[in-house]
Formats: sequence, structure tokens, C-alpha cells
Amino acid sequence: MTQAATPVLDVTDLATRFDTQDGMVHAVNGVSFTLNRGEFLGVVGESGSGKSVTMMSLLRLIPIPPGQIVSGKAMFEGQDLLAMELEDLRSVRGGRIGFIFQDPLTSLNPVLTVGHQIMESLDIHTDIPEKERPDRAQQLLELVGIPAAKQRLDNFPHELSGGMRQRVMIAMALACSPRVIIADEPTTALDVTIQAQIIEIVKELRQRLGTAVIWITHDLGVVAGLADRVIVMYGGQIVEEATVSDLYSDPKHPYTRGLLGSVPRLDQKGLKLVNIKGQPPSLWERPASCSFAPRCPYAFDRCRAENPPLMDVGPGHKAACWWDVDNGRPR
Amino acid sequence: MGRYVIRRTLFAIPTLIVISLIIFAILDLAPGDPAANLPLTIPAEVREAIRESLGLNDPFLLQWLKWMRLMFINEPLHTIESIFNVCIGDCEARDRILSWSSRAPALDIIWQRMPQTLWVLGGAFIIGALIAIPVGIVSAYRQYSWFDNLGTFFSTIGFSVPTFFTGILAIIIFSVALGWFPSFYDTTLVVNSWDTFVLQVKQMIMPVVVLSLFNAAALARFTRASMLDNLNEDYVRTARSKGVGETKVVMVHVLRNSLIPVVTLLALQIPGIFGGAIITEQIFRINGIGQLLIAAIGQSDVPMVQTLTFIFAVLIVLFNLIADVTYGVLDPRIRYD
Repeated sequence: MTQAATPVLDVTDLATRFDTQDGMVHAVNGVSFTLNRGEFLGVVGESGSGKSVTMMSLLRLIPIPPGQIVSGKAMFEGQDLLAMELEDLRSVRGGRIGFIFQDPLTSLNPVLTVGHQIMESLDIHTDIPEKERPDRAQQLLELVGIPAAKQRLDNFPHELSGGMRQRVMIAMALACSPRVIIADEPTTALDVTIQAQIIEIVKELRQRLGTAVIWITHDLGVVAGLADRVIVMYGGQIVEEATVSDLYSDPKHPYTRGLLGSVPRLDQKGLKLVNIKGQPPSLWERPASCSFAPRCPYAFDRCRAENPPLMDVGPGHKAACWWDVDNGRPR
Repeated sequence: MGRYVIRRTLFAIPTLIVISLIIFAILDLAPGDPAANLPLTIPAEVREAIRESLGLNDPFLLQWLKWMRLMFINEPLHTIESIFNVCIGDCEARDRILSWSSRAPALDIIWQRMPQTLWVLGGAFIIGALIAIPVGIVSAYRQYSWFDNLGTFFSTIGFSVPTFFTGILAIIIFSVALGWFPSFYDTTLVVNSWDTFVLQVKQMIMPVVVLSLFNAAALARFTRASMLDNLNEDYVRTARSKGVGETKVVMVHVLRNSLIPVVTLLALQIPGIFGGAIITEQIFRINGIGQLLIAAIGQSDVPMVQTLTFIFAVLIVLFNLIADVTYGVLDPRIRYD
């Protein structure tokens, strides 16, 4: 991959905590990753694994307080997003990094028209004169495949179907031609057929516009068909990082194996649905040992004493595990 | 929307007729005799003749129908005649609703009393809303800050301490002890110079402040709660993710959504403040319609009480309709047609 040399976003050691009434929640614990220009990065993990909080922390979209970003650097176009003044960060939000959220009904403002909400971005980030903004908004809606786009500008979100609303969200995120789009489970709230359409739209737009995409999901099937590279998160940490083909053909982390094993299969009849035994980790403490150890069939003494860092396990393949699953011995 | 308003207005007519019948029935059941207030020297047969002349011996339904005829036919005709200065039919001898105690047309007295009530109540209502909504917005945005705590403190006091207590307290402190403001409201004061204007403001301050504290308390809490509901909504995060500044996030995205229930509450509060005025006017001696109602009840002045309560009923029905219509205007998800 030639693009590999030019990262557009470089995150190191990001940690986010939430100071709640019941105690400190360690949602993200030292996450580092890079996103290359035009790359499609999948981020998978179960609910509460910290995948959404990681991405929202980058643009400080988590509620602060109770949230706090404790450490980390996020270099984007030569600037550290986490150290930037909020005023400067605003020019990045929606301008150079676009966000698509999960539930398109609650994520759009119910009392403002679709047109208003798209043109708002244009107003903030571009110098398109006010008169030409409706035309640009219309083009954006056409780009994401909304029919009768001109009339749709005057519609309120509740007048559109779920799929149409998600297209509007995508149009909003694309409005200012961002370098990076972060999509937080954008298809979870949609029907399977609509899901497929949305995925097609994003795929096509990425090819046409060359935007890098971070796609957060818990659906391994979606990622398999879309991503170049995948990050697997567990307990607020990255446990495995690999190209999509490596990850599916040769997962190195026991958790990834468990995840892939628990995908229901239609082609083999009569198989029992496999699940990973045990509960997701509590995040009340910053993990001192491997947070997957209590559920891990391979766990041994070291796993319960020391938290494994992300180690190289192959070309472009990293895993945070003390056990070498291929050779059946500790690393 | 137009058809909806017409339909609702037509529905209001039977509602109001039933309300007027119920009011009339309650007044009929109430003890009290308008002739009882007359001097004891009046002989019994004269007293009986007075009762007869007031129509008190008529059957209940007939009395009500007579009042209905006066209220819905004679009074509107009289109003039209006096506005356009014309004479329709037998305008000289037309009966009007007469107050039993003063023998003057009830509606004329009400019109005389209305300005005092509107000045004080309208002032309190507007000032209350102007204070409450910004306080509610800031309190919600800076939840649990010292400002929010102070706002909560004052609105708890304002809401839980009744106006007849705060009113009397204000009179004792500012009129009796300090002598800053008059404790009586002088209705005969004509504002025609700077000095009389100052006097008018001075005599309005206490009732307006006492009443607006009460109105603002509930409204501020309501605005705060409504803002808090919306501040954590997903669309607020979306707005921030687009790079919208905080002021615009709050004033455009959140406020538009939060004001929907607040405006409805405001519209419904308007008839309510006329009720609240009954007490406040009594304390500050403002001879508005609240005091008129209390006096009329004391004198068993049935036509006056009936007419005033009916006007309150009309206001409640009208502002309910206004609340529903504004709801539809503010919230595009609601369509009435």
C-alpha cells in the first residue's frame, strides 16, 4: 500500500475517563493508532469497549465534565487536536473531520429543516455566499442519492424515512469535503437493505472523493466488506490491529478469535451459536493486567500480573497478548 | 391550521354554554340574598317586591335563559352600537346585564376596572417571563453552578411562599418601615407629567414584583428542566460535531426545542394570572376586576359574579386554543389538518 507512508491522523496514548457519581470510569486506556490518507479503517468491539468514546474524544465531543481526556496526542495536519483551543477545534469539527452518528432520527434537530442543517456547515466552514448555499446543499443531497433533492431541503427530519435521514447525515458530514469522516455505527439503526445502500454510498463516495474513513461498528460482516485495516478494541484498549484479510484469516488475539467465532453462519446448518463466556470488563480501575484474562481460555500467570502492550506479531499485524496462539506457548 | 382553528372555535361554543349553566347553578345553590344587605327598616312586602323586580322568583332555567339573552344578544349589540355610533332596532330601551348592587351595567364596570388589572398583571406577566426564561437557560447550561443554585433558591421561595404572604411582607417592610412605596394603589392617578409617572411606577412596583416573582419561579424551573432535557440530546452533539459555536448551539438548536413546552405553559398561565390577581389586588387595594369579583360575591351580586366568571371561562378556553396553535407553529412534527 503506497498510502501507508502518509498518515492523516496519528493518535498516541489517548486516555479518557468519566468522573461519575459511582466512581471513575476508565473508558479509554492508552489507545494509539494511525489513519492513512484515503484509508478505510474499521473499528470493532462490543458495547462499552471504548470505540465511540475514543473517536469522540478526538474532537472533544464527549460531555466534559464528567468526561476528561487524561493523556494523549492526536496529530492531524500538523496540529495536536487534543491540545488545540476549542475555538480552533471548531474549524476542524465538520470542516476537515466530519462525523456521522448512529441514530439518524435523534441526531438531527427535529425543528430545523434538512436544508438549514446542511447549510449551517457551509456557513461555518466555507465562504460560499448565502445565495449559492441552497444549490450546494442540493448537490450534496443528490450526491448521497436522495431523489427530488430540491424539495427535500425544506423537509423536516421526521418527514424522511430512516435511510433518507442517514443520507442527510452523510451529506452533512461531507458538506465541507473533509479529509476524514468518522462514522459511529452509522447503519446500526437501519434495515438490512438500507444498510447495504448506505454502505454502497460511502464506498463510492470514498473512491470519488478520496476521504479517509473511520467506521465504528460491532458488525464484523460490514467491516469485512469495506475496510482496509481493522482495529479490535476491548476494555478501552486496542487488542489487535491488522489488515482486513489478515484479521479474518489469521486472528492472533483470543478475543478476536472469540468474536469471529460468535458470528452466526448461514452456510452451516445445526451449529450452536458460540459466545464468549463471561462478562465484559468493569472499567472502574485502569487495567493492571490483561482485561480479557478472566474470559480467556489461554490465560496464564503473566496475563493476570501484567497488561500486555500492542506487539508486532507479523507484517502490519499487532496484537496485545502474552500467548502465541499459533505455536501454543507464551510469547 | 385554519380549519382546525375554526373547528376548535365552534367546539368552544357548547363548552362555554355548559360552563355558564354550571356557574349559574352553583350561584343559585349558594346561600345569600341580595335583598338581605338592604337596611332593616325596609318593610317585608317592599323587600319582596324588590326580589320580584330582580327576577329572583323566576324559575332557575328562566333566569339563566334571560342572562344568556342579555349576554349574547343585547350586550354584543350594545357594543357594536357604541363603537360605530349607530342604533340597531330598539336601542334606547334595550336591557343590559345590571349589577344588583350598583344598578349600573355590569360590563361597563368591568371595562372600567380592566386597565388597572391589565397594567399590574400584564406588567408582572411580561417581567416574570423576561426574567424567568433567561434565568432558566443559564441555570440549565451551567447546571449546579452558583448561579443555578441561587436561581433554585429563589424559585423555590417564589413558588412555595404564597403572594398574600410576600405581599404583606413587602408592605410591612417597604411601606410601613421604610416608607419607600405607597401601600395603596391610587386608581384616580392620571399620568400626565414626569412626577405622576414616577408616582405610577412607585405604586406599581410592589404588586408587580410580588406577582412576577411568583410567576417567574415556576416558569424558570420549567425552562431549566426543558433545556436540560434537550442539552443532552444527540442532535446537540451533531451540531457541535459540525463546528457550531456554543452560543448558537444553545440559542438556536437547544432553545428552539426547549421553548415548545415553555410557550405552551405561558399561554396557559395567562388566564391563571387573572385568578391570581384576585388575591394580589385585595392585598394592594388595586380596584381591578379581582377586587370587583370579591366585592360582588360579598354582596350576592349574582349578575356581576356570573358575568365575571364567564369572562374568566372565555379566557381559559381562548388561551387553551392559543396554546395548541402555538404548539403546532413551533413544533413541525405536529400537524392538525
